[in-house]
Amino acid sequence: MEAPLARLLEVTELSIAFRQGQRETLAVDRVSFSVKKGETVALVGESGSGKSVTALSILKLLPYPAAHHPSGSIRFKGQELLTLREDEIRHVRGNDITIIFQEPMTSLNPLHTIEKQIGEILLLHQGLVGEPARARTLELLTQTGIPDPQTRLKSYPHQLSGGQRQRVMIAMALANEPDLLIADEPTTALDVTVQAQILRLLKEIQTRLGMAMLFITHDLGIVRKLADTVCVMKQGRIVETGAVERVFTQPQHEYTRALLAAEPKPDPAPVRPEAQVVVETNDLKVWFPIKRGVMRSVVGHIKAVDGVSITVRQGETLGVVGESGSGKTTLGLAILRLISSDGPIVFFGSSLSGLSFREMRPFRHHMQIVFQDPYGSLSPRMSVSDIIEEGLRVHHPKLSKAEHEERVIRALGQVGLDPETRFRYPHEFSGGQRQRIAVARAIVLEPTFVVLDEPTSALDMIIQAQMVELLRELQKRCNLTYMFISHDLRVVAALASRLLVMRHGKVVEEGPAAALFKQPKSDYTRALFAAAFKLETAPEGVVAE
Amino acid sequence: MDDRTTVDRTTIEVPETTAQSPMGLAVPPERHRLALSPLNRRRWESFKANVRGYFAFWAFIVLFVISLFAEFIANDRPIYVRYDGRSYFPVFVTYPETAFGGDFETAADYRDPFLQQLISEKGGFMIWPPIRYSYNTHNLDLPTPAPSKPTWLLTEEQCKAVVERKGLSGCRDLEYNWLGTDDQGRDVVARLIYGFRISVLFGLALTTISSIIGVAAGAVQGYFGGWTDLLFQRFIEIWTSVPSLYLLLIISSVLVPGFFVLLGILLLFSWVSLVGLVRAEFLRGRNFEYIQAARALGVSNRVIMFRHLLPNAMVATMTFLPFILSSSVMTLTALDFLGFGLPPGSPSLGEMLSQAKANIQAPWLGLSGFITVATMLSLLIFIGEAVRDAFDPRKTFG
Repeated sequence: MEAPLARLLEVTELSIAFRQGQRETLAVDRVSFSVKKGETVALVGESGSGKSVTALSILKLLPYPAAHHPSGSIRFKGQELLTLREDEIRHVRGNDITIIFQEPMTSLNPLHTIEKQIGEILLLHQGLVGEPARARTLELLTQTGIPDPQTRLKSYPHQLSGGQRQRVMIAMALANEPDLLIADEPTTALDVTVQAQILRLLKEIQTRLGMAMLFITHDLGIVRKLADTVCVMKQGRIVETGAVERVFTQPQHEYTRALLAAEPKPDPAPVRPEAQVVVETNDLKVWFPIKRGVMRSVVGHIKAVDGVSITVRQGETLGVVGESGSGKTTLGLAILRLISSDGPIVFFGSSLSGLSFREMRPFRHHMQIVFQDPYGSLSPRMSVSDIIEEGLRVHHPKLSKAEHEERVIRALGQVGLDPETRFRYPHEFSGGQRQRIAVARAIVLEPTFVVLDEPTSALDMIIQAQMVELLRELQKRCNLTYMFISHDLRVVAALASRLLVMRHGKVVEEGPAAALFKQPKSDYTRALFAAAFKLETAPEGVVAE
Repeated sequence: MDDRTTVDRTTIEVPETTAQSPMGLAVPPERHRLALSPLNRRRWESFKANVRGYFAFWAFIVLFVISLFAEFIANDRPIYVRYDGRSYFPVFVTYPETAFGGDFETAADYRDPFLQQLISEKGGFMIWPPIRYSYNTHNLDLPTPAPSKPTWLLTEEQCKAVVERKGLSGCRDLEYNWLGTDDQGRDVVARLIYGFRISVLFGLALTTISSIIGVAAGAVQGYFGGWTDLLFQRFIEIWTSVPSLYLLLIISSVLVPGFFVLLGILLLFSWVSLVGLVRAEFLRGRNFEYIQAARALGVSNRVIMFRHLLPNAMVATMTFLPFILSSSVMTLTALDFLGFGLPPGSPSLGEMLSQAKANIQAPWLGLSGFITVATMLSLLIFIGEAVRDAFDPRKTFG
């Protein structure tokens, strides 16, 4: 065994329970793990598995007394943290252990400059003010590789990009050279290219400062790249712990095996150059005017989609990839005429541009959309049966109630849900099930063309793989044509027959998916693929900061 | 540290629901028309948990229902008359005096001793409501000049004249005015009962109509946005900056005020109260993905507004309704107090208060009026608070 001091953090038999009125929920059930000096430990698991709660409890950041610990201890450098008083734990927070959160937008106070926010920590823990504090802040920002740190001092959070904000968060976390950094899904809200940069930064800083890191994530790719030891969590328990290499090559627990196997299997729809063209656009533009001044005159445009021409043939899947803000969702909405656009859109030979909402209605029968957020896309006040039936009422008003019901039941069966559950409300279903309901709503009309707007990105790995299977099966059975919008290249690779890479509203590259994945032509696509598949950063200048 | 993140983390996933017990579903998932949705049931539970509001709700309902049957409680016509072997229902039908053997074709005055005598001579009888005054009945046998004290406060000295005239033995045998009379000799209790009813009915009517208009206007503004919203908003801003009370005074001095005229006038200004709220809800709601999804299905704007967006806005509306109701009641009372409200002779609480102001020597007027108005408004406010708590999502979802 190693020396006791080498074990920086030792969590033993820790349980966390939440009281909600009379009810008590056990969120974490007797987990034990330890973090050694300079080591990176990853906590992996699906949403609701208790990984974040475990991490937060180390710093006692849970909403006590609603949360409490039926058992366990957390020892940091031999000191018990669970029994520390509030003012004592405050010394540990930000000084010995720091934490960075997932959402860089809400983790920074929008009303303070970067200098003030970092300065506050320096003042609190080291009593630094004035010039020394400023110098230290600058040093920290430089360390995080933020471009032009001198001017960034005076910036407000909204003036920074997501990646830059996360760098500021890291700078704040590093301010007191902590022994342990807790990173709670620090890259989940970021684009893949930025994610790769942040991960590299964390790795660099860790080696330089020799600090330990507790990394919470659901992304196995990151774990493999970054961690030394991994703890797999499921429903509040750690089911497997071990060195990363061992866990990835010889998983012991069946859940770990399931997680590793959850990678969506690549079996993309075939390219069909001779099939009928379903949707065609030519130089499609969606420009949002920027208005300034008293007279609100148009001074410029935000070019969300700037001259995109696509052709989708029947039975194909067009994968649309790009970073956030590249205009891929806007493109999908524009094709369905849900936002106004400029340029011809042709659907099975008939032009859609210029049609009024009423004139569009007959076409809506054949083109449907599935949205990203399974929580937001279903009306919470309607039963599942009502939600699915709604389209039928519009497009088949003459069918009887019984026939509507029959179709609803059939659609639910097709997406693998028990038709008996159709009288329940969306909140009674899990995320994956809700997404299935959303798919059922789209396919009940028997459309030919379905826009899938990030349908898998809010789902856990295993559910994601099931969803991909379901979509593929439906495509084969109903001869559907998909436009699959996603930033997750692994899912796109599993489904897309052709690929469209977008950036800043423009098409960077387009072509058959297989060829494109093998040999990307542009630097940007190459950088995107490297970041997504290997978590590697691109050379300077290719991708955004 | 970041509070929001901390809270988010603590909400545990909603458990899977397709997993059935080995016995299958205990209750087949059948939907009943009248069954409350789980959400509404939770709200109802939460409403009941607010004891004060829950009691206020029932107290108000009881008072309101009682006042709806005011004609059976305080009336100058009997509920039932048996005369000459036939039945009469004077509460519902106006009979001429001749029907009971009188001389005139005019409506029978059942309080008239002459008519009472006619009926009893034919072996008939009358069933009276507990209070034999209506809101506009003048007590012709007042022992003191109007406004007259509650009968139980009178001294034998004061009663003497009436007692002797009617051949009674003392004050106790007089027909009671439990809370005295107003300055025209009308019974205060009867006027309170009718006044309560008209206030609440007026308030309900005003609230309902102005909510319908307000919600519709807010919905259109919020849903369509853009120019519709802009123009409408500017119009409302100008409209609300008109000093409404003065305008009400001017209009009600030109038009002959009556229940519906007043309703119309007050409606001109009260509909704006909900617009902003509903507009905000619709503005927020129209970007929800399920609204987008409905649009992608080709669902028409009207249906989207009604079926998808309105339920969202209704939560905010419902929360405000009791408060709008109480402010409507208050406005009517205020107008009546100033003499620009309901036509003279109507049973109005405001008019009673203004009489109290004019007759300081008759405190029973002011006290009864004040207690009635205060009770009514307090009950409504308590109900409003309970409703607000019940609809509070933070409370509802624990």
